[in-house]
Amino acid sequence: MTDKEKAKAYWKENIRYVLILMFIWFIVSFGAGILLKDALNSFKIGGFKLGFWFAQQGSMYVFVVLIFVYVRLMNKLDKKYGYDA
Amino acid sequence: MVMMHSLLAEGIGVQNWTYILVGITFTLYIGIAIWSRAGSTKEFYVAGGGVSPLANGMATAADWMSAASFISMAGIISFAGYDGAVYLMGWTGGYVLLALLLAPYLRKFGKFTVPDFIGDRYYSNTARFVGVICALLVSFTYVAGQMRGVGLVFSRFLEVDINTGVIVGMLIVLFYAVLGGMKGITYTQVAQYCVLIFAFMVPAIFISIQMTGNPIPQLGFGSTLADSSGTYLLDKLDGLSTDLGFAEYTEGSKSMVDVFAITLALMVGTAGLPHVIVRFFTVKRVKDARKSAGIALLLIVILYTTAPAVAVFARTNMIETVSNKSYAEVPVWFKKWETTGLITFTDKNNDGHIQYVADKSKNELVVDNDIMVLANPEIANLPDWVIALVAAGALAAALSTAAGLLLVISASVSHDLIKKIINPNISEKNELAAARLSAVVAVCVAGYFGINPPGFVAATVALAFGLAAASFFPAIILGIFYKKMNKEGAIAGMVVGITAMLLYMVKYRLGWFDDVLPDKSEWWFGISPEGFGTIAMLLNFIVSIVIMRFTPDPPQEVQDIVENIRIPSGAGDATH
Repeated sequence: MTDKEKAKAYWKENIRYVLILMFIWFIVSFGAGILLKDALNSFKIGGFKLGFWFAQQGSMYVFVVLIFVYVRLMNKLDKKYGYDA
Repeated sequence: MVMMHSLLAEGIGVQNWTYILVGITFTLYIGIAIWSRAGSTKEFYVAGGGVSPLANGMATAADWMSAASFISMAGIISFAGYDGAVYLMGWTGGYVLLALLLAPYLRKFGKFTVPDFIGDRYYSNTARFVGVICALLVSFTYVAGQMRGVGLVFSRFLEVDINTGVIVGMLIVLFYAVLGGMKGITYTQVAQYCVLIFAFMVPAIFISIQMTGNPIPQLGFGSTLADSSGTYLLDKLDGLSTDLGFAEYTEGSKSMVDVFAITLALMVGTAGLPHVIVRFFTVKRVKDARKSAGIALLLIVILYTTAPAVAVFARTNMIETVSNKSYAEVPVWFKKWETTGLITFTDKNNDGHIQYVADKSKNELVVDNDIMVLANPEIANLPDWVIALVAAGALAAALSTAAGLLLVISASVSHDLIKKIINPNISEKNELAAARLSAVVAVCVAGYFGINPPGFVAATVALAFGLAAASFFPAIILGIFYKKMNKEGAIAGMVVGITAMLLYMVKYRLGWFDDVLPDKSEWWFGISPEGFGTIAMLLNFIVSIVIMRFTPDPPQEVQDIVENIRIPSGAGDATH
């Protein structure tokens, strides 16, 4: 692989990770916390209605996990392409 | 020793505790500033570029969490119920965008400021100048609010004049921002994070145990009440709210489309705020930028997931303490806050009791959002030192954010305006002097607005996010992910986005175009001015792409730069 092809392949894999993670980002916040809130509110965990919980708690926990997953994935990807120097 | 003993015996009192804790923390900040003063422009702008991801994460968290997060947010949520989620998701979700879409590439690009990126990526001083204007607008609107927060804390807890409080705050920030630049600010922010998170969590844990028996506030507000009735706290609050004529606490009252638009505008605005972005220029490598975004969000989320719990505790406590109680028998804290004008009681039906209801014509009690966090420990009868701790925490939150903003302002003037546009031949020593001088001027302007707040300050804080969303975010995203984006497209997009945002705010929030403020029903698509940043951002994207199609491609060397920033290795130090 030439440098250019390598850079292209790396970028493609990166974009794929970003798209998947952004999809989850959207689902937990705009999906569960806003658009589907009323439907989810008919379920309860403890004293929380589920939609309310996603909006005021759950989405934020997922955000943190998403970033650390991205950090791990990218550190591996950097290594695979030798960009971790 | 004898004196200490007698003080302890009598109880030191809230005010003395506040003097002690505020004194200790202020000494700490000044000590750090002297130890870490800046000797070069690189140290002044980006702390020398060698900050560890953990320290940068802590500094970013303190930088981000302002007086608004610490003092106002839980209060706003406690009055807005479910709708408060726009701030919770909006101000945290933006970090996902930062970590995945912006921070690594901006770090690789290796510049000092956001207008720097805009100017170089779009090979144009016009673009740079537009960037400087946006950075200044955003930062000034923000910093005035911080100074106000400092004044508020001083006036209530130390019972000094609110203006004296603002001036004391100005002097402290001036001292360590001017002396230490980014380096001084970074290490004081690390200390300030520790102070503010401790100060926020301690009362929250106390009250959670008091009300639900659960020491973890995040779980406590979803638990049953400690009075062994078996009722869930949230169900009780929903009941109390509907009894008084308010919407159910867990349901809220904003329309879904508006909640969606505000949340997105705040997320994108967060990712476009210069004082947050610039923090990622201070780490050594690209992978450190990603990691420190994760650490920053983790540290922020500790406070942000506690805030909705505090909101529920405070609201329930407040309703139970004052609703339908005799005014003659209200607790001491009620009278104290009345003197600041942040609680007002008008006995409309002259029965001597406090009627707190949703119906505005019958409601007799007005409670300012800002006092819920500050008064919460008093309402719950917590020990004096906890109340004093909250004051020290609020000051840490306000000062750390103010310092970060002042740095953006001074760097925009000395680096982007003077060095890059007006006088490129300026020496390193003179640029550093110019940076310090602009920081001094910025503190004075901020202090002026803190003492004489213009009536529209509260409205303009939302404007700051809308502006950042409408201007920087699309320009940076397109600059990284769309190699062919050119200067014509980016400049047109930024100008159109910002102008649309400004006009909408002026028309629908400030009402300057009409004799009366236009009604909600006239909002475009039912979207409030706070949420309009989303529309303005879309407008920016569309205009940029359309204009780009009809104008020449960017030069080859710029396209090469874009390919280069996509690869993480070989991130050099930040340079001029």
